[in-house]
Amino acid sequence: MAWMAWTPITAAFFGCIFLMLIGMGIWQAVSPTVPRRGFLPLTTTRGDRLFISLLGAAYIHLGWLAFTDAALWIGSVIALVWLVIVMRWG
Amino acid sequence: MNKITNNKAWFLVLPVFFIVAISAIIPLMTVVNYSVQDIFDPQTRFFVGTEWFEQVLGDSRLHDALIRQIIYTLSVLFIEIPLGIAVALTLPRKGWGVSASMVLLALPLLIPWNVVGTIWQIFGRADIGLGGYLINLMGIDYNYAQNPMDAWLTVLVMDVWHWTSLIVLLCYAGLRSIPDAYYQAAKIDGASRWAVFRFIQLPKMQSVLVIGVLLRFMDSFMIYTEPFVLTGGGPGNATTFLSQFLTRMAVGQFDLGPAAAFSLVYFLIILLVCWVFYTVVMNAGKQGEQ
Repeated sequence: MAWMAWTPITAAFFGCIFLMLIGMGIWQAVSPTVPRRGFLPLTTTRGDRLFISLLGAAYIHLGWLAFTDAALWIGSVIALVWLVIVMRWG
Repeated sequence: MNKITNNKAWFLVLPVFFIVAISAIIPLMTVVNYSVQDIFDPQTRFFVGTEWFEQVLGDSRLHDALIRQIIYTLSVLFIEIPLGIAVALTLPRKGWGVSASMVLLALPLLIPWNVVGTIWQIFGRADIGLGGYLINLMGIDYNYAQNPMDAWLTVLVMDVWHWTSLIVLLCYAGLRSIPDAYYQAAKIDGASRWAVFRFIQLPKMQSVLVIGVLLRFMDSFMIYTEPFVLTGGGPGNATTFLSQFLTRMAVGQFDLGPAAAFSLVYFLIILLVCWVFYTVVMNAGKQGEQ
């Protein structure tokens, strides 16, 4: 896999995504999701909310890089908070 | 009644999973890896963090290409979708005309993209092309190689010529699936032609239109070959769209790191727009059924 030019950070990033998917699969098998409507303007399942929160997290990071010079970890914390809010109340 | 579930069917999805993994997921992961490094080849590379993203997001040439791309894609959708629906509504429903129009409409779709570019490159020339010659004959000073507006219009008309057929064929398939009973009921109610279109034909075409709009959005948002052959992105940068900008960066200048970062931004834009569009239309469909 050397041709993929892995770095420790990107490996950890994809590891997290992979673990999330495994975790969501197990969660679904143990207690299947029930579509519901939270503060988002649409009915969502657990998987939908994960997708929305990950996409939102990507845009939060891009916005952070584009509009501020502040440390990126602050953007990451905001993205994490966004993820928790969407998964819990979305 | 208990529903029988058989999870063994998931094994049948495995071949598709492997194909998608090899053709899409692994290359995408590689692009992510490239985007955080100054890389020449897998052995010669340096970690640079988010530097390429900052550079790409602040690049005014990228902003210009993005604005051009958005205007172009919106123009394509606003022309091709209504035109495709209108043509589909006028097509014959039976007889030899059905086959004839299907063949005629399918012809532009069968032509390879670079050939389409070449056809229009010659067609639009004032000296040897019929189109360019006739336009100039009417007293309009048309030259797509020098005038940005002419180049824009030529690329746009070329796309409309190439892809409206796709929308027509999809809409026609949707229209043909409407049972006659709907039209008979509308006739009994004395519905106008507009009411039949608005409340019978358009809702029944919704699912194919979603596919059509998504396909046209994605295709036009990553258009490369036709404008590359027709105008080469010029005059100046007038028809340099995102994919051409990206190719110039990755292949022309061999800036693999910034090109990878730009690819990811590009990917995220397409992913967001497709998801929003798909969700909005599908939710509207569900509400319509309720």
